[in-house]
Parts: sequence; structure tokens; C-alpha cells
Amino acid sequence: MEIKAPIPQIPPAVWTEFKDLQEWEKLHKERPTGDKHSALFETIEDGVFNFPGGFIVTTVADAFLNWARKSSVWPVTFGLACCAIEMMATFASRFDVERLGMVPFASPRHSDLMIVSGTVSIKMAPMLERIYDQMPDPKWAVSMGSCANSGGPFRHGYHVVKGVDRIIPVDVYVPGCPPPPESLLYGLLKLQEQIAHFRTTGQRAAPSEKTD
Amino acid sequence: MLTQAQARSLIQERFGITATGEGPLLVVDISPDRWPELGRFARETLGCVYFAFLSAVDWKEQGLEVIARVENLEANFAVFMKVKLGAGEPHCASLQPVWRGADWMERECYDMFGIRFDGHPDLRRILLPQDWEGHPLLKSYAVDTPHPPYR
Repeated sequence: MEIKAPIPQIPPAVWTEFKDLQEWEKLHKERPTGDKHSALFETIEDGVFNFPGGFIVTTVADAFLNWARKSSVWPVTFGLACCAIEMMATFASRFDVERLGMVPFASPRHSDLMIVSGTVSIKMAPMLERIYDQMPDPKWAVSMGSCANSGGPFRHGYHVVKGVDRIIPVDVYVPGCPPPPESLLYGLLKLQEQIAHFRTTGQRAAPSEKTD
Repeated sequence: MLTQAQARSLIQERFGITATGEGPLLVVDISPDRWPELGRFARETLGCVYFAFLSAVDWKEQGLEVIARVENLEANFAVFMKVKLGAGEPHCASLQPVWRGADWMERECYDMFGIRFDGHPDLRRILLPQDWEGHPLLKSYAVDTPHPPYR
């Protein structure tokens, strides 16, 4: 009886999920400026890119770097109101955000993500802005709850900023008052998806216009 | 021990004002110049050592009214003091020398209504930022007042 060797299962290549390499090359060329990364990395990457077929290497490198980025998003510990309680529950053992590679960190200088959890009053806005500015690039922001999204029930009060996106650019909005930990986890997963495509699209959120 | 009925008659004797209000609540409407005198009387003679709160009411054309509630915890009655401030820049004597608990209450009242408490040692804003313009609990304050760069 002949024993058949197991057919080797070749793992799919990294670039099989890339739809069209030509399209990727185009996107890479049209990448907008203002993408704040180290200049050294940019020069090396451009050098590799200019070799024949080099864009494959750079796109793979992009995918790898984005994987690394999304797998270790460290949120800065920043609680403003009752949403912070839900955020703490998300950080704690039951929902355990650390399995996504997130370590709540008590310093903005080591963090990548700011979860704005709660009402932003006009008195607090300068401090929030300063903490966001202290975070190194690349950085992301999640607006958690109705108050941070739009002002929420306090929108017509005299002291509330009508949405934190008037101060800092926001990547993911999590609705709810307050959002349960499941909602925040879903928002964080959406953020990871967004980070995974960060370099290929180069799209970052911009602060919304102050209309009223 | 002092009863509320005795307290009512003491107020009647000293100020010539009949305290309204039912049961253990003695509502005393006083003129602005006798405001600190009433405070000292309530604390020292009526034994109202507990300063519950101080706030204000904006009656639009009729001006502002400062209200304060002080309690005698042993005899179980409360004196509710009210004073109508005159027109113009709202001024009121401070109760801070009588009750130290009035300190932050008067600062909050100044913050929200713009009432200046004469004799207060440290009359600054307490809740809003120091550079805030206007006093938001006044009826004349527009809620949608822009506050650049944040709204």
C-alpha cells in the first residue's frame, strides 16, 4: 500500500489580498503629504520604491508596519465623565482590551490613541488639546459617547464644546450614552481596521467646521 | 432650647418683620443694609450654625434676589433669608465673616450671577475659567454666546 505524502498547504502570500498592484502603485504615488513619519524612513522607502518592482516591497512593508501599528495601540488614560467608567470596564479583565494589544498608559508621550470619554467643557478643551499635542505621531483619536461626538444632552448648554472634533481630528465615533464596553470594543476594532489601511489610503480625519 | 416659635418672636422683636413660612421653615425677607446683621443674629442668637446654601434668583426687571438657608440642627428649624438687591450693579454684603461655608457659595454666586459680595476675602470665579466673559445664569445671557476658539 502506497502511503501518500500529505499535500503541502502553501500559506497564501501576503499580497493576495491586494486587489491590484497597479492600483496600489498609483495610491502610493498619490499619497498626500503631511503624513508625519520619520524623514529617514521616507527616503529609504522612496529609494526602494524606485527600483523596478520595488513598490511590491514597499507595499508589503506598509502592510507589515500597519500590522505592527494596529497591534500595539496604546490608549492614553484620559477619562472625562461617566463614559470613563465604561472605558475602565473595557480596560479591565472582563472585556480585556489587552488581547487587542492595547495597554492603557498613563503618559501621553508613550501613547498612540486618545479615547475622549465624556463631556468636553470649554474649560477642559485647552488641556485636552495640549495632551493630544504631546502624543507622538502617528496618533489616533476615538470620540466616545454622545457628549464627545456632538455635545449630547449638554449641546445647548453654555459651557460645552459641541463635539470634540472641533478641537482634534477624530477617527472613530462611538455612539451611546454611555456606550457599553461592547460598543467601545467594536469601535476599537474599527479603528484597527482603519489603521491597517492607513498608509495605503493616507486618509486621516480632519476637524469638522465650526458652523454653529 | 430655643423653639421655632420663640425664634419667630425673636425675629419679630429685633427686625420688626414677621417670618413667613410654615412649620420649621422661617422665611425672612430683609432689606440689603440689614443683611449681615440678620446673618449674625441667625448664627449667634438663633443658633443656626449650619450654612446650607446660598444662591440667587434673577427676576429680570425687578433685579436680583439673593437667598440663603441656614439651619439650627439641634432645635430643628431653618431660617430662609432673602434679600432683593437694587437696580444697577448688584452688590450684597458678604456672609463669609459669619459662616466660613459661605465662602465658596458666594464665589459661585458671583461666577453665575455677577453679584459682588462686599467683604468677601477672595472673590474670584470658582467654576468657569478665569477669562470667561459674562455670567451665564443671568436671564440676559445668551446660551449660544460664541466662545472662540472652542465654540
